[in-house]
Amino acid sequence: MAPHSSQLKSASRAVHVRNLVRRFATKTILDRVDLDIAEGEFVALLGRSGSGKSTFLKALAGLDHDVQGTGTLETPENLSVVFQDARLLPWRTVIQNVTLGLPGAAGQEAGRKALAEVGLEGREAAWPNQLSGGEQQRVALARSLVRQPSLLLADEPFGALDALTRLKMHYLLRELCARHRPAVLLVTHDVDEAISLADRILVLDEGHLIEDLRIDLPTPRDHGDPRFAKIRTQLLSRLGVETPGRRAA
Amino acid sequence: MATIWDADEAKSSRSSSRESAYIVPAVARPVTSRSRRRLGPGPAIPFGLQIGPALLVLLWVGGSALGWIDPRILSAPWTVVEAFGRLIEQGRLQDNFVTSATRALLGLSIGLVIGTILAVTAGLSRIGEALIDGPVQIKRAIPTLALIPLLILWFGIGEGMKVTTIALAVIIPIYIHTHNALRGIDSRYVELAETLRMSQKDFIFQVVLPGALPGFLLGLRFAVTLCWVSLVVVEQINATSGLGYMIDLARNYGQTDVILVGLVVYVLLGLVSDGLVRLLERRVLSWRRTLAN
Ligand SMILES: Nc1ncnc2c1ncn2[C@@H]1O[C@H](COP(=O)(O)OP(=O)(O)OP(=O)(O)O)[C@@H](O)[C@H]1O
Ligand SMILES: [Mg+2]
Repeated sequence: MAPHSSQLKSASRAVHVRNLVRRFATKTILDRVDLDIAEGEFVALLGRSGSGKSTFLKALAGLDHDVQGTGTLETPENLSVVFQDARLLPWRTVIQNVTLGLPGAAGQEAGRKALAEVGLEGREAAWPNQLSGGEQQRVALARSLVRQPSLLLADEPFGALDALTRLKMHYLLRELCARHRPAVLLVTHDVDEAISLADRILVLDEGHLIEDLRIDLPTPRDHGDPRFAKIRTQLLSRLGVETPGRRAA
Repeated sequence: MATIWDADEAKSSRSSSRESAYIVPAVARPVTSRSRRRLGPGPAIPFGLQIGPALLVLLWVGGSALGWIDPRILSAPWTVVEAFGRLIEQGRLQDNFVTSATRALLGLSIGLVIGTILAVTAGLSRIGEALIDGPVQIKRAIPTLALIPLLILWFGIGEGMKVTTIALAVIIPIYIHTHNALRGIDSRYVELAETLRMSQKDFIFQVVLPGALPGFLLGLRFAVTLCWVSLVVVEQINATSGLGYMIDLARNYGQTDVILVGLVVYVLLGLVSDGLVRLLERRVLSWRRTLAN
């Protein structure tokens, strides 16, 4: 049984992980992982498919009830999760989805505001399946924001969206994070997404974090910037992808 | 955007476009709606569902008028209409109808409440499931009508026995479908409720019960049908009033017209109640309709 996340003792850290081990049957997915994330820090987690990114995120979210493992895990009490699917209850309206479990008129008002922030003012009464995929994911973002999380965990939140919508979601996420300043752990398989959004990029491989890269480029980041391309090449090679010569951005 | 997969994807899309260049013929063929053979049944015929029944009625009218149908086997439509008027004048039809409808509604309501309570108890707690699911499955294996002799010994041949029989029949589909729906709630929603730190009460009322509602309504449709079937049976076995009794009595006197009146009322009852359940379904599952369209 995995240990439950306990509340953070230190004030300036959003996440504190030591010696985290997670295994399925005999296969060790996370092998003594250490990680600290500072308050308000935006961290992206890259890794090959099956490398254990989702396992790691679920451990942080305290959602891995039946998974074997050990380790120290400290996360803030108010964390929010954004899943790859928007995961809206189809039988609740948009506003009801955003305010799920929030009591009273104050929650209602906050929900309205959060919806306006993600650009969905006026769609409160719609059913989730009347929205496009991108709009649904924005509702999911609003549902996370309205709880004012100090840690936002996102598992490939834009994986199901088309490239154009994904870019717009990047702007939105960056703007929202700049305003609310939660610490973020964003799991993605998209190297460019990681570089354009994150302050820091981790690469998970064979149960270890084999890369911990600070990105000091000014925002908004230009994909054509040679420094951007250099970081991309470096990360891709860490992920075991050989880049064929010069690639267009 | 450079993803890990980009290199592969770019390669495969390039090669597939080259392939298609070979396949597409050089001369463009005008595309008409005939270019593909339709495999589906095609567009709906207006009033299509009414055609079959109308044809049957026509056959009945024609056969009776031309003397092909012996009135002792099947009364003519106009005789049935006459019988209908006579029965209403005497007040027999209304009285029997009210008696039957009361039994059916009472049995249905009791069965609904018990079936739902059992399903929710078994669906939400492991102990409830251990205690309830087995007995219900055993009960399901016994045809309700086979229980009638026992029920007569327990409750006599009065209203208690009839209502109990109907309720026992109704419990099963309500329980099965509601329980199934409760067990089938997507585990992703459970995960969501956990991350939102929903209370147990919110979880049940916002996630579990609304999620199981479609299953419950499906069970309700089966239950309504079963309710009428059981009604007919209990009324024809041991009754001194009700539609089934009226039909059984008519059999003794060979009055096929009265039998047909009873059958027509059953048809109307069945259709109307099914329509009502469907209306209810459309109302409470309006979030689903957007998917269907
Ligand atoms: N419930 C489970 N039971 C057994 N093995 C599991 C289970 N969940 C995940 N695994 C295994 O653990 C490994 C890591 O899975 P995980 O979902 O964390 O990968 P991931 O990095 O998120 O991959 P992807 O990028 O494809 O989402 C995989 O090999 C997977 O097969
Ligand atoms: Mg994953």
